[in-house]
Amino acid sequence: MTLFRTSLAAFAAIMIGAFSAASLSPAHAAGGGTKPPAHDWSFDGPFGTFDRAQLQRGYKVYREVCSACHAMSLMRFRNLSQKGGPEFTEAQIRALAADFKISDGPNEQGEMFERPGRPSDAFPKPFPNEQAARAANGGAYPLDLSVIAKARNYERGFPLFLLDIITQYQEGGPDYLKALLTGYEDPPKGVELLPGQNWNKYMAGNIIGMPNMLNDGQVEYPKGADGKSPVPETAKQYAADVVAFLMWSAEPHMEQRKSIGRQVFIFLLLFAGLLYFTKKRIWSRLPEHAPGAAH
Amino acid sequence: MSGPSSYVPKLGIAKWLDARLPLPRLMYDSFIAYPVPRNLNYFWTFGGILMLMLVSQILTGVILAMHYTPHATLAFTSVEGIMRDVEYGWLMRYMHANGASMFFIAVYIHIFRGLYYGSYKAPREVLWILGVIIFLLMMATAFMGYVLPWGQMSFWGATVITNLFSAFPIVGETIVTFLWGGYSVDNPTLTRFFSLHFLLPFMIFGVVILHVWALHVTGQNNPTGVEVKAVAKDTIPFTPYATIKDAFALVLFFAFFAYFLFFIPNYLGHADNYIPANPAVTPAHIVPEWYFLPFYAILRAVPDKLGGVLLMFAAIAVLVVLPWLDTSKVKSMSYRPLARQCFWAFAVTCVMLGWLGSRPAEGIYVTLSQLFTALYFAYFLIALPLLGLFETPKKLPGSIAESVLGKMKGGSGAVVGAAASAEPNTKG
Repeated sequence: MTLFRTSLAAFAAIMIGAFSAASLSPAHAAGGGTKPPAHDWSFDGPFGTFDRAQLQRGYKVYREVCSACHAMSLMRFRNLSQKGGPEFTEAQIRALAADFKISDGPNEQGEMFERPGRPSDAFPKPFPNEQAARAANGGAYPLDLSVIAKARNYERGFPLFLLDIITQYQEGGPDYLKALLTGYEDPPKGVELLPGQNWNKYMAGNIIGMPNMLNDGQVEYPKGADGKSPVPETAKQYAADVVAFLMWSAEPHMEQRKSIGRQVFIFLLLFAGLLYFTKKRIWSRLPEHAPGAAH
Repeated sequence: MSGPSSYVPKLGIAKWLDARLPLPRLMYDSFIAYPVPRNLNYFWTFGGILMLMLVSQILTGVILAMHYTPHATLAFTSVEGIMRDVEYGWLMRYMHANGASMFFIAVYIHIFRGLYYGSYKAPREVLWILGVIIFLLMMATAFMGYVLPWGQMSFWGATVITNLFSAFPIVGETIVTFLWGGYSVDNPTLTRFFSLHFLLPFMIFGVVILHVWALHVTGQNNPTGVEVKAVAKDTIPFTPYATIKDAFALVLFFAFFAYFLFFIPNYLGHADNYIPANPAVTPAHIVPEWYFLPFYAILRAVPDKLGGVLLMFAAIAVLVVLPWLDTSKVKSMSYRPLARQCFWAFAVTCVMLGWLGSRPAEGIYVTLSQLFTALYFAYFLIALPLLGLFETPKKLPGSIAESVLGKMKGGSGAVVGAAASAEPNTKG
């Protein structure tokens, strides 16, 4: 008996030891990589939706800045008009697509030809292949951005990762990307960067091939009634807008998902409630569940 | 438990069929008249929940297979095509991916319920072993399913796990080449995993039928662990009592499922799996899905590769012999004060192993993994065999009916010995 109690006490001691030892050990993130600050996104939480105007601005930033190097091979122009997205009009989409020359063919003579883009076309790729992309970017490969907002995250740690279930925090990717786009700094003293390397506070290991691409006033936003853009034309705003656009492109049916989810969840809870009372009623036929019987 | 059938066909066609293929009789005896112990708690609803999860996985899986392309260059894009262009494809895929996690949550609750209430003991050893086989098949199915989207974690998870077999002397390399269908994880690996991922759920279904059959022969265990003595007093018919209770629990579980599926569908996954597989780039940390983490921790606890692999397999194999490791005649831990504390220590051990499986295998984490691996095995190999010999169990109720109805009288003021025996006032 004493032996048993001693071993249980030893187990408890091990548990305490395990936690304190683990908390003393160095963070295992791959070096560098400050945790990004949380941004207040329009699409977070169970009622979150995308801001159409923001997605349209974000697309403009992608098209004028990012698309010079980054492909979005899963996106088609028609996606830009679908429900739950930027919701450009059909006419706008046709005009947007027609600005691009798309290689098509072969025609009846067996030759490839160029034609104006159509809504059914994929976003054109900036480089024909990875080798060409690397050659043009000092060896670095600009990634495809179609699902990048879901392909990035950062470690939340205990107990935040458990609280995230309740708070429905799903914006690790967007928060990281926004922080990364605006996280360029001069390298600390003593660090010599090679050509083609840049210092970013949020990048794992801090060294990143992509230079700072967003500068204040660089992209012209649509003007409001007063002749001014309704949002500031700053690098911070560009970053938030393009990241919102990337989140939508990674999860184009998010609004439908959450809206169906709310209905399904409430239905299931109500149904469960009805079943609970039905169960109570049926079980009350049994003597030990009869009214007045103690449990 | 499956006594003489009480089915009486009424309609002419029912009588006709009953004389030729008594399927309605089987259904009636199994799901309507089947006697269930009257004291089952809500932990007993997870068998039914698991059955529905298996059906849900098969249905969504069959639909996904219609749109999926098992090819190394197309798999990732085809999964994204399902997410984007297939009508409600996102629903099918998220339901399938989160469904796998829900399946494991339910199966772990089911297994731990069996461990706590001693459901593995005589006469349910075969029932328990069939359950372990289902668990193994589930793990194989889930592992291969995770490879199919052909993301970074798919690819590198497959590489790490299949490489484990190379630890076996002489035959190891041959087994790995056979699993891969070549000399590295590549298209042949993906296609055979897809084929097997489609096949295995139906094998699970087959073993589930045996599992339910074995259950209906021995009858269910119950929270007291006292076997049914008088069917009329100790049991109630499956329908309507268990049916309605299972239905309530099932809908609640599905609400839990829906919460993940619709609001945080990527919470249980890993972001790296949205990066297409790239054999040239190894992720910083290769981690399996959460439900494999405890076993992954055991694998990495041993510095020797073969030792780690053997220990990981032993962690599951030990479940097979568990019915003979536990020497106590008392089934339910409710009446085993010492074993109960060990059980909870074991549960905490499993959680700690899960956490350690998600950490990199370095520094203090390795030491802790070794410690908790030792505790994991100590529960089966030291605690359960020895406790049965020197533990003094509390007094068991005379019967299931006594445990339920006795309590009722106790509540109304009468002093009943049987009721008192269920309370913690005996020596321990």
